[in-house]
Amino acid sequence: LPGVKSAVAGASTVEAVTAYDDATLYNNFYEFGTDKSDPAAYSKQFKPRPWTVQVEGLVKNPRTYGIEDLLKLSAMEERIYRLRCVEGWSMVIPWVGYSVAELIKKVEPLGSAKYVEFVTLADKAQMPGLRSGVLDWPYVEGLRLDEAMHPLTLLAFGMYGEVLPNQNGAPLRLVVPWKYGFKSGKSLVKIRFTDKEPRTAWNVSAPQEYGFYSNVNPDVAHPRWSQASERRIGEGQGLFAKRRKTLMFNGYEPQVGQLYAGMDLRKFF
Amino acid sequence: MQALLTRSWVKPLLFVLCTLPAFWLVGAGLLNQLGANPAEALIRGLGDWTLRFLCLVLLVTPLRHHTGWTVVARWRRMLGLFVFFYASLHLLAYAWLDMGFDLVELLPDIVKRPFITVGMLAWGLLLALAATSFNRAIKAMGARRWQRLHRAVYAVAVLGVLHFFWMRAGKQLFGEVAVYAALLGALLGWRVWWRFRARVPA
Repeated sequence: LPGVKSAVAGASTVEAVTAYDDATLYNNFYEFGTDKSDPAAYSKQFKPRPWTVQVEGLVKNPRTYGIEDLLKLSAMEERIYRLRCVEGWSMVIPWVGYSVAELIKKVEPLGSAKYVEFVTLADKAQMPGLRSGVLDWPYVEGLRLDEAMHPLTLLAFGMYGEVLPNQNGAPLRLVVPWKYGFKSGKSLVKIRFTDKEPRTAWNVSAPQEYGFYSNVNPDVAHPRWSQASERRIGEGQGLFAKRRKTLMFNGYEPQVGQLYAGMDLRKFF
Repeated sequence: MQALLTRSWVKPLLFVLCTLPAFWLVGAGLLNQLGANPAEALIRGLGDWTLRFLCLVLLVTPLRHHTGWTVVARWRRMLGLFVFFYASLHLLAYAWLDMGFDLVELLPDIVKRPFITVGMLAWGLLLALAATSFNRAIKAMGARRWQRLHRAVYAVAVLGVLHFFWMRAGKQLFGEVAVYAALLGALLGWRVWWRFRARVPA
């Protein structure tokens, strides 16, 4: 899946890209199991075609898009983003896709639309992890409309120049680089515009640990661990690699800081 | 069976077996065979083995009573010291690989995070037990006081499960926690039952 270099500010970090094997064999995708090796192991039979995405709610032009329409909707760009997991590890991943804003402009949100809800696939026949009761399925994530409209918020169809592997959220997923990884829903089937803050999966499951915003923030600790530093996967001497300092908004503060001007980020964590 | 277990090579063999998980984990870590996040895999692996050895050492007394193999009591001290050994490696790996031996990060972490506090407390108790694990300590303390102190291993079991439970609470993954809670609960429950049973005249 080819993409041209993105012109969006901050969209291409020059840091060393994480090895393809690490990015595709070590990740979370609970629909396939809770272990980091489960997504790759149990998503082999998953069928990302045919695929449709319903866009509905407070918009002028609600519509069901086929994956082929979405692939053609805007020019594919390559974006090299830092990815920071809430668990304290990070990677650098070259994604292929375009800003979600391109899609949002097409459906024209109404003035009353304040939030966007992203619903992901929950198909028991293909996803063995759904048998566990860890989360309320389907997995739902959400953003404020202005966050979703930010040019860095990416609708990704590929990574490392290829179409998305099943375990990384095929055929399309969200990537919000300044938020913890779980905010970026995988295998999207529905995008809904609402006037109320969406009830997101992790927030429903453990509200005191996972806030709606979940912006990467080294100053706001998770109740169980500090978020001040992170382990960059594959960096240095493996076992003895030093952790690096976590950056405010995962290093995207110049681009997204103004979205949160005047907000108490400890309260809205 | 008892005759076989009393052979002179059995205890040294058991000792070697008990060291294997440590060699295997640390070796795999150094050879970069622990996956994408080797530090995490090593820290968690050492924690798992601490719990497993805790189950083993608490199995000694019930096993002796039910099988009559008095020889297993001679392994109890060694197994107990292996609990301390794995707990210490677990703590060392956390302090080194996660915290970089940075006390400015480490000390607040111990105070602020209940699951770390509980883990440290359990390790402190194990340290006290390991430090008084030789014969002269028993003599110096008196057998009764020594035994009372060493009942702290029951508290270590409870704290160990709590530590694991709280760590997993972030992701609500309680399957493995339930297994260790059930095993250790059964081993502690057996002691309550045994004591009660002994008081009732047959």
